[in-house]
Amino acid sequence: MPPPATQPNVRVVTLNIDGRDLSAREDETIIEVCRENQIPIPSLCYLEGLSIWGACRLCLVELAGQGRLLAACSTRVTEGMQIQTNTEKLQRYRRTIVELLFAERNHVCSVCVSNGHCELQYLAQTCGVDHVRVPYRQASYRVDSSHEMFRLDHDRCILCTRCVRVCDEIEGAHTWDVMGRGTECRVITDMAQPWGESDTCTSCGKCVQVCPTGALVRQGTSVGEMVKDQHFLPILARRRHAQ
Amino acid sequence: MNLDDLADLAEQYRAIDANVEREVRVCMAASCQSSGAAPVMDALLAGLGDSKPACKVKGVGCMGLCSAGPLVSIADRDASLEESTLYRDVTADDAADIIASLDGPPVERLRCPTDQPFFARQQKIVLENAGIIDPDSFKGYVAVGGYSALIRALSEMTPADVLREVTDSGLRGRGGGGYPTGLKWSTVAKMPATQKYVICNADEGDPGAFMDRAILESDPHRVLEGMAIAAYAIGANKAYVYVRAEYPLAVERLQTAIRKAKRSGFLGNKIGDTQFSLEVEIRLGAGAFVCGEETALMASIEGLRGQPRPRPPYPAESGLWGYPTLINNVETFANITPILREGGDWFASIGTERSNGTKVFALAGTITNTGLIEVPMGTSLRDIIEVIGGGIPGGKAFKAVQTGGPSGGCIPAQHLDIAVDYDSLKTLGTMMGSGGMIVMDETSSMVDVARYFMEFCMTESCGKCIPCRAGTQQMHSILDRLAKSQATRAELALLEELCEVVQATSLCGLGQTAPNPVLSTMRYFRNEYEAKLGDA
Ligand SMILES: Cc1cc2nc3c(=O)[nH]c(=O)nc-3n(C[C@H](O)[C@H](O)[C@H](O)COP(=O)(O)O)c2cc1C
Ligand code: SF4
Ligand code: SF4
Ligand code: SF4
Ligand code: FES
Ligand code: FES
Repeated sequence: MPPPATQPNVRVVTLNIDGRDLSAREDETIIEVCRENQIPIPSLCYLEGLSIWGACRLCLVELAGQGRLLAACSTRVTEGMQIQTNTEKLQRYRRTIVELLFAERNHVCSVCVSNGHCELQYLAQTCGVDHVRVPYRQASYRVDSSHEMFRLDHDRCILCTRCVRVCDEIEGAHTWDVMGRGTECRVITDMAQPWGESDTCTSCGKCVQVCPTGALVRQGTSVGEMVKDQHFLPILARRRHAQ
Repeated sequence: MNLDDLADLAEQYRAIDANVEREVRVCMAASCQSSGAAPVMDALLAGLGDSKPACKVKGVGCMGLCSAGPLVSIADRDASLEESTLYRDVTADDAADIIASLDGPPVERLRCPTDQPFFARQQKIVLENAGIIDPDSFKGYVAVGGYSALIRALSEMTPADVLREVTDSGLRGRGGGGYPTGLKWSTVAKMPATQKYVICNADEGDPGAFMDRAILESDPHRVLEGMAIAAYAIGANKAYVYVRAEYPLAVERLQTAIRKAKRSGFLGNKIGDTQFSLEVEIRLGAGAFVCGEETALMASIEGLRGQPRPRPPYPAESGLWGYPTLINNVETFANITPILREGGDWFASIGTERSNGTKVFALAGTITNTGLIEVPMGTSLRDIIEVIGGGIPGGKAFKAVQTGGPSGGCIPAQHLDIAVDYDSLKTLGTMMGSGGMIVMDETSSMVDVARYFMEFCMTESCGKCIPCRAGTQQMHSILDRLAKSQATRAELALLEELCEVVQATSLCGLGQTAPNPVLSTMRYFRNEYEAKLGDA
């Protein structure tokens, strides 16, 4: 018997994003469809190949007929959706969210190893954040340099949990986690011991590569030197899922 | 088992106390216990001894007027609270006088009139047994007709019949959102799945709220019966009650109730000799407010960090461990038994057009009668506060009442005549929430109130999403500066902007509603904000 011409259960829907009529598989999320069609959507916690987290709220879009904004990364497409990705209101919200992030920890780009290669910095530029209206929180955290290859600087962390997810879902080590509540949250290794003393860390460096900011970096890098490479992720993720 | 068998059982249980004519009911719920009910109980038991076989001392649940506790009610068997002789602020030393009065005139110095509006103006459905039956007694519950709704559902109704009755009742979720219960049940019932779950949300974390605690402490079997009916209707055989660990008495009574119901065949395997089985387990919450949010609660039951996740998918589609899950509040489940007993149409005839039945409120703050009340939906705020609540003590003037806790808002004096229901409160910029009402008099500063609730949200934020985690912290710091008369007009504008962003962009209800107390106090008391400006 010949194989079925199409997969039985997945249908194709049509939808409209920013005035463009597009088609998509019904199991795709809005952000996936946008990426396929070169429609830019800002995002920090989303990363192709990792599970959906839905926490940074930068990918929010407007859906016609719905009062609440929807996160593009965690919302599946449906037939006939009418989506706006870049209204004046969304731009304003995104700017405020980025400002909140800058003020929450201590981002001073000019002295940061990620200067020029940082997703947060890039977002600030593309969202038009030229100054931060909210006061910096001025909380101080200790840098963890105990690992022989890598360094963790909480002052640059945005708590996107990409490190937590890649370590758990792709590397399988589950070294990272989050502890605390509210603004007291921070990422930890194992049971909150220094990274260098972690029993589970395999030193694979995946967390460093997926970290969008200068929070996780290679030891010995200086200002502007930390360039990250995330190309491995979709390939590994596909292999993982095929297993 | 059919209804006749159950009626026989009830008769048998009633016969145990056949000789008892008068009951000395001592409130043993948490509030009265904290003001010393246990020694009163001991003294009454010791004092009475075997001297009056026709009298019996019995521990009961909350009678509502907690501020006057410890409360003791002397009642004929089966009499309601209003028909009883009620004593307030009772101590162990009063036991002898109370016992002496059992066949004489009442002890006037302890009297608490039961014809006062606090009692007379209430309508009890959810709390019909509270303060009357012994919450630890399975037999006592069956004797007043308990479990007959469950047995009737199992023996005479199909799941579809149950769903229809609940839908007809128009019951809406009492956990805050007011989502139609019948619709929620029907959705879960329709999901094709090999496994489904029922969860009772007893996390109750709003400051000032204790409705769910009182229900569980006063009538735990009613909640279990409602859950079992729900499980039958949607096709689940496993249920969880998620209770906060700060409610040890409620947990203990629930444990006792589950054990006894199971032993008698009303929970567990083959309930009432039918094919329906239900295992009920208690899970303790560790005191994080956000764990009352349904997706965080389920993560917590699964053993994960109690953090919300994006919805959809809703629990009805993908809940505990990915299976369809029905999650309802304690008070929602407590309404099910009377709905099946009296019919959905009966329930729908109580209350307002779109909010049916009654609502339990916890009155707190500067009000004469603090405690628990149950009134029909649509009762005016003025009746609740001035008549039932007895108004503001000390001759002070009423200023505002906060409903919906940290997710709600305040209502000022000019709106006191509003008929309270889900929709009317929304139009005033607040919400029903779970039923906490905090009354404030003219001396309260509304900026302080807003700061208090923002601090609560800030410290309870789970930290997952940026707007709530960082936004509540920024809003709190501006409110703090305002309260100290240090903030500028520009900061006030920034506060308003942050309110809008946090409300629109947060992941879960905690963040989405965190700005409400600020927005509502600003709406009605903007002058107080202006007066606090440092650069005014
Ligand atoms: C931050 C937060 C806290 C909540 N806390 C509670 C709670 O303590 N008890 C409760 O029943 N519902 C609580 N809810 C609402 C639940 O998510 C859910 O809607 C409710 O349990 C559904 O039950 P119902 O339909 O019977 O109201 C909370 C929601 C949020 C966003
Ligand atoms: S992490 Fe990025 S945004 Fe933060 S200081 Fe470094 S370069 Fe700037
Ligand atoms: S360390 Fe990096 S990847 Fe991990 S949560 Fe912080 S910013 Fe995200
Ligand atoms: S809104 Fe607050 S409590 Fe809810 S997910 Fe976001 S950070 Fe957590
Ligand atoms: S990318 Fe969607 S919430 Fe972060
Ligand atoms: S606890 Fe005793 S009356 Fe409420």
